[in-house]
Amino acid sequence: MAGTELDTALFAAWIEEISRTVRTEKDRLTRLDAAIGDADHGTNLDRGFTAVTQELAGKEHDSPGSLLALVGSTLIRKVGGASGPLYGMAFREAGKALGDVSEVSVAELSTALEAALSGVQKLGSAVEGDKTMVDALAPAVRALAQAAQEGKTPQEAVGAAASAALAGAEATVPMQARKGRASYLGPRSVGHEDPGAASTALVLDALRTAVTR
Amino acid sequence: MKKLINSVDSVVVDALRGLAAAHPGLRVDTENQIVVRTSGPQPGKVGLVSGGGSGHEPLHAGFVGYGMLDAACPGEIFTSPVPDQVIAASEAVNGGAGVLHIVKNYTGDVLNFEMAAELCAEEGMEVAGVLVDDDVAVQDSLYTAGRRGTGATLFVEKIAGALAETGAPLAEVARVAKEVDAASRSFGVALSACVTPAAGRPTFDLGEDEIELGIGIHGEPGRARSAMREARELVGVVMDAIDEDMPISGDNLVMVNGMGGTPLIELYIVFAEVTDYLAGKGARAARSLVGNYVTSLDMQGFSVTVCRLTDELTRLWDAPVETPALRWGR
Repeated sequence: MAGTELDTALFAAWIEEISRTVRTEKDRLTRLDAAIGDADHGTNLDRGFTAVTQELAGKEHDSPGSLLALVGSTLIRKVGGASGPLYGMAFREAGKALGDVSEVSVAELSTALEAALSGVQKLGSAVEGDKTMVDALAPAVRALAQAAQEGKTPQEAVGAAASAALAGAEATVPMQARKGRASYLGPRSVGHEDPGAASTALVLDALRTAVTR
Repeated sequence: MKKLINSVDSVVVDALRGLAAAHPGLRVDTENQIVVRTSGPQPGKVGLVSGGGSGHEPLHAGFVGYGMLDAACPGEIFTSPVPDQVIAASEAVNGGAGVLHIVKNYTGDVLNFEMAAELCAEEGMEVAGVLVDDDVAVQDSLYTAGRRGTGATLFVEKIAGALAETGAPLAEVARVAKEVDAASRSFGVALSACVTPAAGRPTFDLGEDEIELGIGIHGEPGRARSAMREARELVGVVMDAIDEDMPISGDNLVMVNGMGGTPLIELYIVFAEVTDYLAGKGARAARSLVGNYVTSLDMQGFSVTVCRLTDELTRLWDAPVETPALRWGR
């Protein structure tokens, strides 16, 4: 895909790529969660995105916005735990922010990702440094906003966001958790990558894969 | 690791099928994954809905019945229920007097119940909630997600359930539920990690002579790792932590709870030590429970929950109850 706009098919491909990569990385995510949580993050996300794939299969979607909103509400209905509402909210808010445009520019994608972040923060009241998915999502939002300002192509912009998310996830290793299950470990949460940040990095990397394909 | 299951994906539904077959007083809706009383919603009675991850049996479905819960919504193993389950359960038990959601303080439980409560309220249902947060193992709780809800959940469900049975209004039932939570403290110890069916291996490794102090109920590690020692000493550590947070005195409701993999003989040894400890403080266990009530699959270990009793709480605790896992007086 080499255009300057992202269409519904691209977003559908993104979601498919998330499902695939969550399935492949399920055990790694669960292992990260076993270290500082309760060992079900990979299983839960896999259950959610499997349900999303079933929900999307064979359906025509009007717009990227309605597609993402459907992904969000499916995750809320199927995942449970903390990741269901948080990821569900993220996709739903992003979908709402896109409205019913049929093609999304880098600037619009940036606005949508910002909405996703603020939805997650409203629900989980986490800030950067708490060792949560926000530590991967917030840098990605900033990278995308900057890329939009600089007039970057979708490939460059999404690439920058994915790299920022990955770096953000890696940066959670030395942090002490202040939110979620890991917070109960206190100093013992240090030295482990946050599973929510790790899966957020996967989600954004899946977008990079879809856009550069 | 050997597990008596059909498949990892069907664990919860298969168990609910057995629960329904064993207990004619319960109706199991496998599509919505909820458990309700066969008698249905009682007009004018507040409906009590509790839920959380599966793997803590008999919590919660085992406490559905007369004098306790009206419905339980069990999520996947160690995973909170989804809002749809909570909404379905609330609708199934609303007899017009409103519904009380009993929620343990875990981020996932809180978020899903909050979403469900908002949607129920939008439909015109009267909903109140109580957040159970009795775990004193969580230190510096200002810097964490707050204290976890553990053993006191059973106390809240029983005592609020007894009051609801008298036809008390929602605000009153919610008030007593919050009072029970405020008067309760818990602390848990793991001698081994548990094995979830999906993971198929222990969630953490504990050496032969090691224990985890201050665990929650999801197989997550606790606040510190320590050396194994005799029951008397362990009970001292547990009770000191509780006493430090809420000085122990007077008459108490005391539960020595197994985590699923500890034999009763060991739980009774623990209870004997707990009563000695209480006596040392000039206090006593006026009411007690010893057994597996709020478990973590096959984890070895125990938790102690102490609730300071008032006359009202004692009377409501003594009121008749008829559920699969708790029954007396009827």
